[in-house]
Amino acid sequence: MAREERELICINCPLGCPLVVTLEDGVVQSVAGNTCKRGDAYGRKEVTSPTRIVTSSVPVDGSARDTMVSVKTATDIPKDKIFDVMRALEGVRLSAPVAIGDVVVADVAGTGVDVVATRRA
Amino acid sequence: MASDQYDVVIVGAGVSGCAVARELSRYEARVCVVERADDVCCGTSKANSAIVHAGFDAQAGSMMARLNVEGNKLMRELAEELNFALVPCGSLVVCTDAQTRPALEALLERGVANGVEGLRIVERDELVSMEPNVSDEAVCALWAPTGGIVDPFGLCVALAENAATNGVEFLFNAGVEGVERDDDEWLVRTKAGTLRTRCVVNAAGVYADELHNMVADKKMRIVARKGEYYLLDTTAFGHVRHTVFTLPTKMGKGVLVSPTVHGNVIVGPTATDVEDKESVDTTAAGLAEVVAKCGIAVRDVPLREVITTFAGLRAHEEHHDFIIGEVEGAPGFVDCAAIESPGLTSCPAIGRMVADIVRGICDLQERPADEIVRTRPGVVNLLATSREDWNDLVAKDPTYGNLVCRCCRVSEAQIVDALHRPIPATSIDAIKRRTGCTMGRCQGGFCTPKIMAIMERELGMAPTQITKCGPGSELLVQEGGE
Amino acid sequence: MLSYDVVIIGGGPAGLAAAIAARESGCERVLVIERDDRLGGILNQCIHNGFGLHTFKEELTGPEYAARYEDRAHEVGVEFSLGSMVIDVSSDLVVHAVSQERGVYGVQAGAVVLAMGCRERPRGALAIPGYRPAGIYTAGTAQRLVNMEGQMPGREVVILGSGDIGLIMARRMTLEGAHVACVAELMPYSGGLKRNIVQCLDDYGIPLLLSHTVTRIEGRKRVEAVWIAKVDEQRRPIPGTEVRYACDTLMLSVGLLPENELSREAGVALSPVTRGPLVDESLQTSVPGVFACGNVLHVHDLVDYVSQEADAAGRCAAHYALGKRSPDVQEDGPAEAERVLLLEVESGVRYTVPSTIDPARMDERLTVRFRVDNVYRDRFVSVYVGDERIMHRKKRVLAPGEMEEVVLKRADLLERAHAERIVVKLEED
Repeated sequence: MAREERELICINCPLGCPLVVTLEDGVVQSVAGNTCKRGDAYGRKEVTSPTRIVTSSVPVDGSARDTMVSVKTATDIPKDKIFDVMRALEGVRLSAPVAIGDVVVADVAGTGVDVVATRRA
Repeated sequence: MASDQYDVVIVGAGVSGCAVARELSRYEARVCVVERADDVCCGTSKANSAIVHAGFDAQAGSMMARLNVEGNKLMRELAEELNFALVPCGSLVVCTDAQTRPALEALLERGVANGVEGLRIVERDELVSMEPNVSDEAVCALWAPTGGIVDPFGLCVALAENAATNGVEFLFNAGVEGVERDDDEWLVRTKAGTLRTRCVVNAAGVYADELHNMVADKKMRIVARKGEYYLLDTTAFGHVRHTVFTLPTKMGKGVLVSPTVHGNVIVGPTATDVEDKESVDTTAAGLAEVVAKCGIAVRDVPLREVITTFAGLRAHEEHHDFIIGEVEGAPGFVDCAAIESPGLTSCPAIGRMVADIVRGICDLQERPADEIVRTRPGVVNLLATSREDWNDLVAKDPTYGNLVCRCCRVSEAQIVDALHRPIPATSIDAIKRRTGCTMGRCQGGFCTPKIMAIMERELGMAPTQITKCGPGSELLVQEGGE
Repeated sequence: MLSYDVVIIGGGPAGLAAAIAARESGCERVLVIERDDRLGGILNQCIHNGFGLHTFKEELTGPEYAARYEDRAHEVGVEFSLGSMVIDVSSDLVVHAVSQERGVYGVQAGAVVLAMGCRERPRGALAIPGYRPAGIYTAGTAQRLVNMEGQMPGREVVILGSGDIGLIMARRMTLEGAHVACVAELMPYSGGLKRNIVQCLDDYGIPLLLSHTVTRIEGRKRVEAVWIAKVDEQRRPIPGTEVRYACDTLMLSVGLLPENELSREAGVALSPVTRGPLVDESLQTSVPGVFACGNVLHVHDLVDYVSQEADAAGRCAAHYALGKRSPDVQEDGPAEAERVLLLEVESGVRYTVPSTIDPARMDERLTVRFRVDNVYRDRFVSVYVGDERIMHRKKRVLAPGEMEEVVLKRADLLERAHAERIVVKLEED
């Protein structure tokens, strides 16, 4: 049976509790070091399926004011897909007008999540 | 090649070289200034105390003493003609130890001998009323009403622009690699090509010895003497009203504390001889020395208002006098060397003296007066412009209403102007020297991207070609160029 | 001359929230003067997420957060002068600005709200020895270049200072293909949010070197290397600990300074601690009719608090312009003797905003914000009115990078009629 301990810092509040998450065969057995329930939940998620929102900006044509439009993944995506998302954004150019929420890349990097604009242009 | 044939080639576009160029532009002569940097005013001329010295420091009878006092007088009319900032704030040499008073009196005598006008010693009470933040130890001071402060960039750019307007050519990024005699002429080999000339003026600053030694039997040695400074924000302005020097004490030479024409306060310099003539870096020891010494003559110097620190190199020669004249055994090669402080003050007089020497060598004829433009319009200074005048400017050119630099109040129009003047600015620092942009408290944090956009538009440059101070100082890296 | 009830200087998050509040408090004519050609201020370049958790209960990016306030400001009828730089504010509330379209123009205000934000401390202010080559950027300037201009300031980066912008830029540069060698922090703790340390540094294996600083910059034209040394408890570099990092870029995230040049020239008294105006319970400065909010008042870490503070400043400015006293005070109620309580700080607390309170003029509840001077664990935040402790709240952790607040009740202050001061401090028990 593969037993593993992972050390993390909880990000829920400024306290920054040092967490020790114990896994057995990839299944969380316990979270230690936390001082509240949110720390327990964070520890479990962070070792099993850590996710992040990715933000970037891409060039836009035809806007009098803007050179770039900021974008984000509409929801969080698996952490190990961050650079895949960045690669998918390479070469993407938008044309004005752009509205907040416009889909820039659909189902980016096979995550099932769209990249959407976060700025009007 | 005929196009590379000159009467005079001036090496170095600092204040000396530019002053000589401007004076020579009055004559029928083809003149070229060659400069290793991308702009004028990139060496000693740009990093100094920016003081117009009264002239009591130099040894009586020296060339330095004569040119200082003469330069001080000429500077006032020059500022009028060429539109650069000069403020006659006067200077004080503060004595903080009664035992050293004889030294202050010796300075007074020397000044009188040098022909400095208006010098007198002020006692503590008067001193405090003149300079309320003078230190508690201050005993008395030498008051020099002819002392002042100048915009060293403005001065140098103005001289160069006026020279250019009158036909002097400028060759930048043209470091000199060799000077050789060829028949009756000189060949000046630069990184930007070889120039043939009847006369060479060596105004190469800390490198004047290298140039001199290429042609002279009697060798010269210029030592780079580093001076480090603190520049304080305009919020510190008014802490001193005059240029305040410290009379040397047992602890050594002090530093000066002075207002600048840009509304800042300057504190420095140190004096350290360095081997490397490129080492314009500040050092922990040097900056600590400025901090330690600034309080000797002035109390509570608000160093926390510092916006930048910098270092400059003076071209020091062991005899501590200017070296100006045709070099023995090298006919037509004229030294304008060892121009250390008070070189900035002396430059109008240096320009005349060197031009006279060159004129004699080349037998130059004066151009008709109506061919020569003696004045130069300056770059607009919005800080010194009334609301009404500012409105008139915006009416003529709306971009005077688009402020790019919030710290120093510089508009788009002034930056565009700097890019298209007789000596066009081609880098961020060159724009700074002409407009003041990036010189303020944010040190370019807000305005740099905006200036870049204007350069891109006006000069058709790619953003990645834009430099801080010439090739090698690109602000950006190529996209995707790992 | 143009005339407005309330003129707000700055169209960033503070200015927008203040303008909306001023309109909603009954002012007909509210003008925002913004120097940029767009509203939103610094939020435009803060393209990362994490804004608005308190206000909207969701994680927005900076531009999205700004857009919500911008839309609302338009809805309620706020007027705007974009591309206009304010050049002076007089004590009789005339604001002068300049723009391409209008030249220099004056606006008479019934009340002025200062919302100019802050600027970054530049390299020069740190007096780091060395050359002054290209490649030294404040993190915010680099952020603008990357996010708004699409330009790349460098490939091999060292960051000095662990403020949030520095941390955010460590990630951003990494995502854009640069290598960030390390983040050096002078203090023994980071000034940034824990979440940013994990998600911007740890995620990408970027080391955070606490108690380290840059001691030298190499490179005459462009940065070629920086030297980083460990510092002792007095924050002095320890000889022999220097390590050379070859790099082309040094990015600085070493502090933000409220931008109060206009305020100073208008005669507004400034705090030497925050470098922002000293304000009373209505966020009014020492110049009557001039109010302040957001980063020009004191540097915030969360935009939500900026919006809250600006909302209060906008309301109070509106009431001033309309000739009322305070939102909660009956206009024709009994005129109580003015009694101004000084807010003072002791052990562990660096400053408070506001710095004076007149209980008769305050809202029923007043938020007092403050920062601590070090990292503390298990301390009590205590508030004394006169000699009496009226609040004693345990905090697990307090850090300089996290703004704190206490809420004072008017009743508590009115009850203690003889007290002259309020003290906010940290206590061990």
